[in-house]
Amino acid sequence: MIDVTEEIISSSLRIATPLALAALGELVTEKSGVLNLGVEGIMYGSAFVGIATAAQTGSLTAGLVAALVSGALAGLIFAFATVTLGVNQHVAGLGLTLLMISLCNTANRIIFTADGGQVRVDPWQPLNFGGPIFSQYWLTYATFLIAVPFVWWLLWKSGLGLKIRAVGENPEAADVAGIGVAKTRYTAIIIGSLFMALGGAFITLAFVGTFTVNIINGRGWVALALVIFGRWTIGRLLIGAALFSLVNAGQLQLRLLPSFADVPFEILLALPFLAVIVGLAISGRNVPYPGAYLKPYKRL
Amino acid sequence: MKARFVLRASTPWWRGPLLVGAAALLTILISAIMIRWAGGAPIPAVRYMFISPLQSRFGFTESLLSATPLVFTGAAVAIAFRAGYWNIGAEGQLLAGTIGATWVGLHAESLPRIVGVPLILLAGMLFGALWALTPALLRTRLGIDEVVTTLLLNPVALLIITGLLNGPWRNSESGFPDSDVIADSTKLWIVWPNTRVHFGLALGVVVIGLCWWFVGKMSGGLKLRAVGLAPNAARIAGLPVERTLLITALASGGIAGLGGASEIAGVAHQLTTGISNNFGYTGVIVATLAALSFVGALLVALMFGVITVGSFSASRALEIPSQIGQLVQAVLLITVVCALVIQKYRVVWTIKRSEGRK
Repeated sequence: MIDVTEEIISSSLRIATPLALAALGELVTEKSGVLNLGVEGIMYGSAFVGIATAAQTGSLTAGLVAALVSGALAGLIFAFATVTLGVNQHVAGLGLTLLMISLCNTANRIIFTADGGQVRVDPWQPLNFGGPIFSQYWLTYATFLIAVPFVWWLLWKSGLGLKIRAVGENPEAADVAGIGVAKTRYTAIIIGSLFMALGGAFITLAFVGTFTVNIINGRGWVALALVIFGRWTIGRLLIGAALFSLVNAGQLQLRLLPSFADVPFEILLALPFLAVIVGLAISGRNVPYPGAYLKPYKRL
Repeated sequence: MKARFVLRASTPWWRGPLLVGAAALLTILISAIMIRWAGGAPIPAVRYMFISPLQSRFGFTESLLSATPLVFTGAAVAIAFRAGYWNIGAEGQLLAGTIGATWVGLHAESLPRIVGVPLILLAGMLFGALWALTPALLRTRLGIDEVVTTLLLNPVALLIITGLLNGPWRNSESGFPDSDVIADSTKLWIVWPNTRVHFGLALGVVVIGLCWWFVGKMSGGLKLRAVGLAPNAARIAGLPVERTLLITALASGGIAGLGGASEIAGVAHQLTTGISNNFGYTGVIVATLAALSFVGALLVALMFGVITVGSFSASRALEIPSQIGQLVQAVLLITVVCALVIQKYRVVWTIKRSEGRK
């Protein structure tokens, strides 16, 4: 029983890594008053660009760097559309997601699968510090030991974070106080996209070591839900990620039990998504949206 | 040098069409670059994609066939967005519709066609509306953002289909994960003889007409638009905002589900995991490019039908990936949406003189 528990916690941490990274990125973005529905597409793009570069150069580090660059570029396009032009954020975000997915599927077809092949790399291996729980990928350690405290510091302790929160709550007042609204939102969107890209790259470069169509499979949407579930705070966001990952890791273990042999595993796969919706139903009421959420800012 | 976008006092009439034309050209240019990269010749490929489907009867009717599900999802998304209900779950609702339709199709052996066809369409509509019910109730009762919940239910619908096809609905002859063929009594009529164009297209046009008539001409439609334009003002004016949203959400889901039923009963005749080629998400593009107008959605859906058929024939003839069709649609969405905003602005270039300030 201890073994199973440890196994579940260990795989929960693995499952939670890309979700936590993407949700942190979405949190930074939304704190500046911008909803980025491109999160699914940015993860998809970085997952593909990461592994494609790693396969061509033979270096996982190069893959990670390329994935981050792809994330920053996608964020830049999104920022131009939503901040500079003031395009509807739902449409721009979903458009970015569809663009990245179709772009990567096309590129994947051209480079790798045209002759029936598939891109593969030797992924990062877990670093073992004793026991299944402390046998994790370096990005998992980095996420929970570095990225989480960093985003907390960035948003609530740094000067940039104060600016981000100011333009997210009340851009007019921030503008009067001399804060560049557009510049701050660009910065928040690009920092956010970098975290989303890390999450996407983790999946191909560490988790699976290959790329298949639909590899992100709704993880970006889960990250969106986690931000709302977390009421834009890091602590609650992590609780949400933990709950989702525990349900997910739990269903992976359930599948191994003989008494669940007759239950189609797809139903179990759907459980974590339903758990997120139930979680939102319980704790998503009267949530404190950032004051300028979804509102473009134009000085007239 | 620094660029600034300044709102125009008035927009000349030609700027809109000019910029949308430029966006279309940019889209074609980007797809040409991708085609070149794939090792194809761009100019023949562009001709295959955008023109050749219109030059043959077969290409034209296949385009109509490809447009059919997009007519439904485009209308579903447009009606929801008009009410300010951000339903991004048309994909899941269409898939739910295919489940309902298949269930009826597999159990309607002995019925006459005049009963079977309405039944299978009704089942698709009901399942689609049912799939939209949970997010709609969460939004109207508890105030939970529908964007996230409708999005999250999309992968769930696909998982349920996969589960059904690997389990109870596995093909009884081949053993493959696709369902048995539905009963003849539930198959839709072919409306254009000797082609695959089926009754679903006519139904889609009727749905578009009904949406246009209801939203544009009826008092209920006026309420719907008022809720979409200014929910707080509508609430103060005493309009039943929550009820309007709930009904619109269910109608939207029902229309998407009907699109699913039309695919099952009209052309696929069996459920497969690939039954929806991103129809729901493409519906968002269709509705947006149509500026949420229903007649516009019909036209954009037809155009996308041409692009879909065109990208497949370009793919066959020139050995370039057929995925380029979806890429073109996504690029078109982003460039056109940006162009529509840019037309309202002019760019002012300013040269920064003050070097002391930092």
